[in-house]
Amino acid sequence: MATVEAVAGQMAHAHHDDRSFLRRYIFSTDHKMIGIQFLFACLFFLLVGGLLAMLIRWQVAFPGKPLPFGGIFPETMAPNGIILPEFYNALVTMHGTFMIFFAIMPLLVGVYANYLIPLKLGAPDMAFPRLNMMSFWLFVSSGIIMLASFFVEGGPSAAGWTVYAPLSAVPEYSGVSAGQQLWIVSIVFFAASSLLGSVNYITTVINMRAPGMTLFRMPLSIWSLFITAILALLAVPILAGALVMLLFDQTIGTTFFLPEHGGQPLLWQHLFWFFGHPEVYILILPAMGMVSDIIANGSRKPIFGYHSMVFAIAGIAFLGWIVWGHHMFQSGMNPLLGTSFMVSTMAIAVPTAIKVCNWLATMWRGNIQFHTPMLNATAFVAMFTVGGLSGIFMASNSLDIFIHDTYFIVAHIHYVLFGGSLFAIFAAIYFWYPKMFGRMMNETWGKVHFALTFVFYNLVFFPMHIIGIGGHMRRIYDPTQYTFMQPMQPMNRFITISAFLLFVSQIPFVINFFWSLFKGKKAEINPWRDNGLEWTVPSPPAHGNFEITPTVYRGPYEFSSPEVDEDFLPQTTPLNGDRRTAPEQVPGD
Amino acid sequence: MNWLPPALSTYAADIDRIFYVILVITGIIFVAVEVTLIVFMIKYRGREGRKAYYIEGNTKAEVIWTVTPAIIVLALAFASQDVWSRLKNPDRFPSDALTFSVEAKQFEWNFTYPGIDGVLGNGDDFTIRNQLHLPVGQPVVVHTSSIDVIHSFFIPVFRIKQDIVPGMVIPVWFEATETGEFELACAELCGLGHYRMRARVFVHSQEDFASWMAEQS
Amino acid sequence: MSDAVVMSGGVHAEPGMRVYNQKLGMWVFLTSEVMFFTGLIGSYLILRSAPGVEWALPGEVLNVPLTAFNTFILICSSVTMVKAFAAIESGDQKGLRLYLVATVVLGAFFVGVQGFEYYKLIEEGFLPHCGEELAALVPSCHLYGSTFYTMTGFHGTHVSIGVLCMIWVTVKAFRGKYTQGDHGGVEVIGLYWHFVDLVWILLFTIVYLI
Ligand code: HEM
Ligand SMILES: [Cu+2]
Ligand SMILES: [Cu+2]
Repeated sequence: MATVEAVAGQMAHAHHDDRSFLRRYIFSTDHKMIGIQFLFACLFFLLVGGLLAMLIRWQVAFPGKPLPFGGIFPETMAPNGIILPEFYNALVTMHGTFMIFFAIMPLLVGVYANYLIPLKLGAPDMAFPRLNMMSFWLFVSSGIIMLASFFVEGGPSAAGWTVYAPLSAVPEYSGVSAGQQLWIVSIVFFAASSLLGSVNYITTVINMRAPGMTLFRMPLSIWSLFITAILALLAVPILAGALVMLLFDQTIGTTFFLPEHGGQPLLWQHLFWFFGHPEVYILILPAMGMVSDIIANGSRKPIFGYHSMVFAIAGIAFLGWIVWGHHMFQSGMNPLLGTSFMVSTMAIAVPTAIKVCNWLATMWRGNIQFHTPMLNATAFVAMFTVGGLSGIFMASNSLDIFIHDTYFIVAHIHYVLFGGSLFAIFAAIYFWYPKMFGRMMNETWGKVHFALTFVFYNLVFFPMHIIGIGGHMRRIYDPTQYTFMQPMQPMNRFITISAFLLFVSQIPFVINFFWSLFKGKKAEINPWRDNGLEWTVPSPPAHGNFEITPTVYRGPYEFSSPEVDEDFLPQTTPLNGDRRTAPEQVPGD
Repeated sequence: MNWLPPALSTYAADIDRIFYVILVITGIIFVAVEVTLIVFMIKYRGREGRKAYYIEGNTKAEVIWTVTPAIIVLALAFASQDVWSRLKNPDRFPSDALTFSVEAKQFEWNFTYPGIDGVLGNGDDFTIRNQLHLPVGQPVVVHTSSIDVIHSFFIPVFRIKQDIVPGMVIPVWFEATETGEFELACAELCGLGHYRMRARVFVHSQEDFASWMAEQS
Repeated sequence: MSDAVVMSGGVHAEPGMRVYNQKLGMWVFLTSEVMFFTGLIGSYLILRSAPGVEWALPGEVLNVPLTAFNTFILICSSVTMVKAFAAIESGDQKGLRLYLVATVVLGAFFVGVQGFEYYKLIEEGFLPHCGEELAALVPSCHLYGSTFYTMTGFHGTHVSIGVLCMIWVTVKAFRGKYTQGDHGGVEVIGLYWHFVDLVWILLFTIVYLI
């Protein structure tokens, strides 16, 4: 049994740091630097995804009108600035791909699993720091490959982010050949990166908790990141396998998904959504976890129903494996399956509801501090609720007959992923920025950014519900082709203008982010008066994190505890009656 | 407030009813959550020198907000079940239906009609591109197939949608309740011409339809 | 527990599972591998059991005796792997080296035989995408080729990677890097090796025998 002293000996290198520039900033194995690297890379991809969205919105609102500044596009994409249908399909595909695989998922997992897990658990680093570094560089490679697909002949994949076969499998059908192959290769790289990350996170959470950090003293952010890592560990290889089959169909003549020789197009959809639904929970669980931390902090109250929160996360993760068919209600699979998938999908709304109620109850009789992270976290609750409720419309298989593949789905996706995940990410960025960079972001500009984003976000995405139930299809290059959609054009233009404003609203954030790096107010050790272990070390923490391994005495949500005068009680502060040395037994069992 | 397109098939109203039921229920939940949130934000806003109420949970409350949503969603699932199977389960299709077929390909719809004998595959069949003709007040089953990629057969005013999968023949049925001209759309991304993969739907009176059929065969 | 401290080569014993990081990490990784092969095998079963799909009888296309022999080779390599681990557990350096070399040789031999099998099949015209003549002879020839090459190919790749890692471990063994108290590397590669062996037994059964 390792004693505290022995462990402390291991970590003496929290002091001296004589790594070269390259080791320190580029090929770093320090989980904090890797998290920061992920952050910069992902913000870049978020920008790419956002720009693609602007092009999409331009075309939908003003079909056939040349883009302003459109001259920069080559003839094969937008001659004279007029977007071609094939380019439009590529834009839709790449927008979804960049946002899901290169922005939201790594922002949550790559950035915050990396940054928070060791710090919040009291570990010096990840279990496998070098694998961690590889994970980042694989991610960068996959992003570069995906970007490169814009520049090959035929352009990037144009089969939607769900790359349904046979459209994606046969170049003649989509007009895209190399681009689709690069898409597959890129996502396979991505899968490898995700796999290395998951192995790291899971091992670290299980094995590297500081003395006293039992499983049920872990913050919900860590619980959710842990369970997310398990989901990714199990779901992503399914995608990888399916992608390889798809690549073989396209290159070496296999026929997994091609009906001419006995293959099954629906097999692709089953494999994709068997991965895909757990994937959407990968995109939301960490957000829920971090929001829980921030809401407890902002309300100065313990999270309401900690245990039921943990079980809700686990429940969502478990149910997430048996609902994939709700993406395939209209796909032609056996209608009897449609019924069972409807029931399981409805069931998954229950743990979701538990979480929303618990967040509200956490704020009840709190002493709410409206700092920027808290504002974004409350917006998360408000907006995620809308997304969860719109999910119920589509979970009804009968109603889904009508709204499947319409803008209603687009509205749903964005209420959960933008209103949910992205607001949570903003909250997390504002909240942990001082720890990451040692400086505070500007609060006023943070609030301006929040207010603008919140307003324009709703102006963009709420109307999509309305045109969705009007029957407006998604992924439509020119809606005016249909007479029944022509009356919706004013709404489309309204959405597009709001979208441009939403994009512009991000400028304060970008400026604030970069300006604060150099000019922000110096951050104290614990600016938000939080209880987590990361707030007991300097901002930013040294290489190796803790000078001596911390001992944990309680859970992370002891805000306004009657036992102390302050309204917070760090996990590492011993009170009378707490044993001051590490407990003899191994935590967690 | 007429967001939904006109409901012009026998089951369209049933689907719309499900929509409104869910809209009301989720609407109430939506208002309840957002109002609670705003009230809490105002009422419990931070003030100097105050301390929050220390409470870690309450089993009774948590059981209530587990069981209530569970009951609601299961009721919704139950309510949706019958319409679904009536629309999609071939065993429950109307037995007196006319039978057409449609072959989808990038980016057009080829409808084949049975001719005056009313049976597909009997010599007097004929095929028309991008036009679906049908009589009002008469169930129609369309056997859908595709020769290239996945398309989706979508007639908004009938509230019907069905993906068409190459290698499979999937039947779709509907019964129009009003005559007129409407639109059929492809709802599944199927390539660069997806956006213009459109067909016109003509709902004739029974007599007009019979004479149209005779004329064509 | 104290074993683990030493075995993992300097990483201190963490509270948590009573397993050192590398071993736990390998278990976690293998879970992911299980899902990967589940995806491949599941697809195979779905495609094969679809209505209207007929399947070639065992032995009609593939050389079952040859592969049975090859399966035997792979199982032997698992046995030598166990022996190698047992040797170092009791501090027997010579035994360790001997059995590691044997494992490498058997593993490489397996890959060689598989390569030979592929070569023969391709010579007969049996490719992932069936030729005209073969398609007339073999039912569902395209699916047969697709699934056969994908599943066995991925397994073969796993064995090949395993052999490379095993060579690396063997080199380290010859340099005396493993001791009775510290031989995590041998144990971890062993886990992988047995896993790949297990997958093969499954694949051999469903691809060659039924
Ligand atoms: C109460 C919880 C939820 C329910 C009942 C639900 C239900 C559904 C259903 C039934 C669909 C398929 C609709 C269709 O294609 O016709 C769908 C699509 C989708 N959902 Fe959810 N959902 C829920 C939460 C979430 C969350 C938390 C996320 C992500 C963070 C999410 C992301 C998505 C995405 C991305 C799609 C669209 C996939 C595509 O076709 O491109 N959903 N949801
Ligand atoms: Cu889903
Ligand atoms: Cu189409």
